[in-house]
Amino acid sequence: MFEIRIHSRGGQGGVTAARLLAMASFLDKKHATAAPFYGAERRGAPVVSFVRIDDQQIKIYSQIRSPNLIIVLDGSIMDSVDVLQGIQPGGTVLINSPHPVDLPNVNVLTIDLTGIALSVNLVVAGSPILNTPVLGALAKMGVITRESAEAAIRGMFTDERNVQAAEAAFKELIV
Amino acid sequence: MLTVATGNKAVAAAVKAAKPAVVAAYPITPQTEIVEQIAEYVTSGEMDARYIPVESEHSAMTACIGASITGVRSFTATSSHGLLYMHEMLHWAAGARLPIVMANVNRALGPGWNVWAEHSDAFSQRDTGWIQIFVGTVQEAYDTTLMAFRIAEDQGVLLPVMVNLDGFTLSHIMQSLETLDPGDYIPPLVLPHRIDTENPAGYGTLTGPADYFKFRWGMEKAMRTAPSVIRDAEEEFFRRFGRRYGPVEEYLCEDADVVVVALGTLGVEAEVAVDLLRKEGIKAGSMRIRWFRPFPDLDVAGRDLVVLDRGYSFGFGGVLSDSIRSRYPSASIYSVVAGLGGQEVTYDDIADFIRDRKMGEEYWFGVDA
Amino acid sequence: MIRMAEIPKEEYLEKCTTACAGCTSSLTLRYVLKAAGPDTVLVVPACCTSILQGTYPNTAFSVPVYNIAFAAAAACASGMSEAFSSIGKKTNVIVYAGDGGTVDIGIQALSGALERGTDFLYICYDNEAYGNTGMQRSGATPMGARTTTTPGGKTDAKKDIDRIVAAHNIPYQATATPAYPKDLFDKVKTALATPGPSFIHVLAPCPPGWRIASDMSVAVGKMAVKTGSWVLWERKYGELSISAPSKGAMKKRAPLREYLSLQGRFKGISESVVNELEQSIEKNLARLAKEEAGEC
Repeated sequence: MFEIRIHSRGGQGGVTAARLLAMASFLDKKHATAAPFYGAERRGAPVVSFVRIDDQQIKIYSQIRSPNLIIVLDGSIMDSVDVLQGIQPGGTVLINSPHPVDLPNVNVLTIDLTGIALSVNLVVAGSPILNTPVLGALAKMGVITRESAEAAIRGMFTDERNVQAAEAAFKELIV
Repeated sequence: MLTVATGNKAVAAAVKAAKPAVVAAYPITPQTEIVEQIAEYVTSGEMDARYIPVESEHSAMTACIGASITGVRSFTATSSHGLLYMHEMLHWAAGARLPIVMANVNRALGPGWNVWAEHSDAFSQRDTGWIQIFVGTVQEAYDTTLMAFRIAEDQGVLLPVMVNLDGFTLSHIMQSLETLDPGDYIPPLVLPHRIDTENPAGYGTLTGPADYFKFRWGMEKAMRTAPSVIRDAEEEFFRRFGRRYGPVEEYLCEDADVVVVALGTLGVEAEVAVDLLRKEGIKAGSMRIRWFRPFPDLDVAGRDLVVLDRGYSFGFGGVLSDSIRSRYPSASIYSVVAGLGGQEVTYDDIADFIRDRKMGEEYWFGVDA
Repeated sequence: MIRMAEIPKEEYLEKCTTACAGCTSSLTLRYVLKAAGPDTVLVVPACCTSILQGTYPNTAFSVPVYNIAFAAAAACASGMSEAFSSIGKKTNVIVYAGDGGTVDIGIQALSGALERGTDFLYICYDNEAYGNTGMQRSGATPMGARTTTTPGGKTDAKKDIDRIVAAHNIPYQATATPAYPKDLFDKVKTALATPGPSFIHVLAPCPPGWRIASDMSVAVGKMAVKTGSWVLWERKYGELSISAPSKGAMKKRAPLREYLSLQGRFKGISESVVNELEQSIEKNLARLAKEEAGEC
């Protein structure tokens, strides 16, 4: 079982990213569940979503406590939330950031998802869209396949810039 | 078609496929997504139904009653306080023998305000004459909602059906969903006592002590007919669509020395605990009860049971454990009250309940620690 | 206005109701059903009409009656009306509810159904108390009236349900009383011919409750109109017109005392309460006259 926790802010698309990731996993012939944690649902408030991916049917509903992968869609959350809480030994953190981030005892990957979204003008209501480019990064990491990532995005969005952004993220991420 | 859906979206998709003529509904967390989705289907023309945006849950159930008595299919969805606000009309719907289908997204009751999963809302409607089922997965929510119409509308049953799914834990989780075309799996509704101005009758007229009990007995007769109708509905569903369900989902029960019994998502997660314990050499099994009313036959006589209760009868005991105890006095029960108000209960916790079981006793998870 | 001879001879209330002698709510219903005809369903919440249909397996009514819980009538009609329309039926859906079921416990469902534009007719027959349970005060009980829960006379004013209903801006709204059956008949006809929600508020004098002789209920209804205590009017798409019997009464009103003294429930009413009732009548008449003249 591969367990992922996504940190974002309300309105940034963390829940949609979880949904896309689950759909891409189904397309990879795997089982997946995605769940938002419902606390404060205000726009801008820190929120977390969870994704589980496995070869077997997933029967666990309780929250993920020791994720293999942590995704941080908004780096500013790290000022107020301990995003590394419970991470598996040897676990990975993927951070949306234009600059390298140094964290002790974990593998850190950074990618400028915001910059990618802006570069293809993927902006809705003044905010760059992060949930589709992050799928490209996850494909590069091998969490899902590149084909399934694109198919999942196309299944939910008609705007091709979403796929372009995911492609850009795939190319840009150094694993 | 394979898609990814929440429990709520799955229910809405099943309702669309069942083609009710009238949907009357009122929003309440965590059910709202169901009625939003249905409103969207109706607005976009994907569903040819009348959507009545009522001003309360009492009116939601009443509008379904008013629609149903004309002989058309009707549906509503609610949760928690909404279900309680309907209470009077739940009795009315069942007493009037109307095959209304309702999704109830199980949620705790105030005070304090708590929007998370608990079964007290459904348990408090236990004796209204509604058939009640608890589901454990997104796919099961979809499949069972379809079955609910067929069962409710069966001429031998004609009782309303409540499909229960755990608030947030199931209503908001995204899992894979295979939608289907039910074809004639749900036959057209024929309500023998539908209102007909060509053949006027009084409905619910003053009914004296010499007759009233006959109607109550009619409800119980229908409840006693329901298990065979349910079995047929499940069998036929399997035959047509390939997914098999029963009144109880048993997991490694046959040779089990101890069986954990639960409803809803806790019952699914309990299977993970069973796998864990089996690796330790503890012969555990799991029974997830789906049909709560009519209460199913259980293979529990003389066995050791750990019963998880997500709702409590104050001054008496856990509602599910009491039901089992009264039906199967020879079963030995360790009653665990866990998961109230969305309290987190993991498979590790469930495994602990089984390891540390004290037969004949009751344990409130988190309190005695 | 229709002539008495033109009112249909068909009866939809058989002569075996269990109503009290002189009951004007059943007299009202008799005319309502004559106007509505056989393709009609009555929706009846808990009220005197739930009882006077008779006891299962009999019914004294020859149209279908759907009995429903106290607070639920208008919502039931919403579901029924939508369902009939979804299967292409034009059946009249008429709620027949007492004042308690309308102005008190049923007001939320009523408001909802009106706001949603439910195609139905809601008739409130107002006997100004909970008659079925033995005359307890309701929101519609007038000030000064003795009921079993206001043994000293009600100290609060009658709730103005008509202004509450008017605030929903429904297509058709009217008042009536069976003391003027042609007026009542015409208004039911108009209501049923008007798409969307209609509301008719009917004053229904109640012999046991109002402590009047059984053969006086029609006369008391007439006196209510003549004193201006009850004003007959209709409002079509927002246009108010005061009905003929009240037009006459407004020119020369009978003294209020003549209405009150006919009824045992007002026995011993104080001068100050009579004055308050008088003032509220004048205020109401002035407001209606202004509205009819287009001045407000």
